[in-house]
Amino acid sequence: MATARFWRDNPSRYNLKAVRCGNCGKVFFPPRAVCSVCHRKSIGKMECMSLKGEGELISFSVVHDAPSQFEIHKPYVVAIVRMDEGVMLTSQLIDVDPKEVRIGMRVRTTLRKVGEDGPAGVIYYGYKFAPVRA
Amino acid sequence: MDVGIVSYGAYVPRYRITPQEIGRVWGSDGEMMSKGLMIYSKSVPAPDEDVITISVEAARNMMRRVPEVDPQDIGALYVGSESHPYAVKPSGTIVAEAIGCSPNMTVADYEFACKAGTAAIQTCMGLVGAGMVRYGVAIGADTSQGAPGDPLEYSASAGGAAFLIGSKDVIAVINHTCSFTTDTPDFWRREGQDYPSHGGRFTGEPAYFKHVASAAKLVLKRAGSKPSDYAHAVFHQPNGKFPQRVAKMLGFTDKQIEVGLLTPKIGNTYSGAVPLGLSAVLDVAQPGERVFVVAYGSGAGADGFDITITDNITRLRRLAAPLVSHYIEDRQVIDYATYAKFRGKIRLKGGSA
Repeated sequence: MATARFWRDNPSRYNLKAVRCGNCGKVFFPPRAVCSVCHRKSIGKMECMSLKGEGELISFSVVHDAPSQFEIHKPYVVAIVRMDEGVMLTSQLIDVDPKEVRIGMRVRTTLRKVGEDGPAGVIYYGYKFAPVRA
Repeated sequence: MDVGIVSYGAYVPRYRITPQEIGRVWGSDGEMMSKGLMIYSKSVPAPDEDVITISVEAARNMMRRVPEVDPQDIGALYVGSESHPYAVKPSGTIVAEAIGCSPNMTVADYEFACKAGTAAIQTCMGLVGAGMVRYGVAIGADTSQGAPGDPLEYSASAGGAAFLIGSKDVIAVINHTCSFTTDTPDFWRREGQDYPSHGGRFTGEPAYFKHVASAAKLVLKRAGSKPSDYAHAVFHQPNGKFPQRVAKMLGFTDKQIEVGLLTPKIGNTYSGAVPLGLSAVLDVAQPGERVFVVAYGSGAGADGFDITITDNITRLRRLAAPLVSHYIEDRQVIDYATYAKFRGKIRLKGGSA
């Protein structure tokens, strides 16, 4: 992946930067310029915010046939999570035995390596989910 | 002006491997190694963890305890480690972005074997004391490696802790800090080498014990204190036995070092070792207690600290982030094959993350 393309999204990948429509209150992640519900009524009213990072697992899949960069993780879990702000995110669920994953479990985001451009390239960091245990 | 610790946060990866399992693979007596080093398991980072992710987790735990602190008031951030993921490109810039304190600040990565984290604390103390910054963040973290089969493999582990250094609402005043530094080549890693080398027994008397004891005596003299004045003492802990021995040499009891001695359960977290031990002490410390700290870094030097816990610790939201004991108990033991895969000891086709 182009370094600049990834870098542009770092605020969202590191700190879950999102936007809330000032007209209807709907939250969007990643941020977008116009609300998909209110359209032109939302122009100039999209407010920047950060998701708090906690949510509930809505669905998941255990990956046994992984892309080359994720071979070392398999079998691993990919989850769809409804964040407490209502928006849905998809990412890897880590620090968990796939057998222990349950729909409805509480998870939180944590920063992990999500990829790299080979051994000499840039390392990419972003959010992954981990079970809330503490 | 009282300069000291305003908040702290720790993190330890949850995977563990035992000395018995390492010994099984290399045909060594793992049980004997375990007893000799006083290490019963060591932490292992997941394949997607490194010094940056560990530092971010520790720094976020630190900020969770002080929601009243605006990250934009942090003027400096230093990450001390001997396993920075990049040779050129600071770990600290990513940590700073992740806790929201960039861009009007200074960042640098530190390296001084196992004491780079305490060197970062001293730097932040200077900047805060001089009035150059309101808050400084000092982090010590490592994902240290020992060559396969080397005695270091039984101890080298991963973890880290972060400290918010300031002069307002400090939970722990750092009354004095003294360092003792010489050119002593007891442990090193040349540029481009995957694994460190060490001087075997040379790492003991002329290196660890001489430097730790000298820095400790400097602190006691400067503070005009004696070992019995302290409720807790934290010494660098490359294994479980060295800190016990140096504590006894100096007149500290096993009880004084008990809370801050984590190496038997998680191994030697290098730059994270003393910061994690101090975090474990701050998890339980009471107002008025004094804490004695000496970190050691090969090469070689020792940083000593005389610390007094203040009443503010009762107002700190200690439970807003996981305690060190949570990370120690939340563990999953893995076998050597999984450990070798996680630590990149197996040659793979293509990259991995």
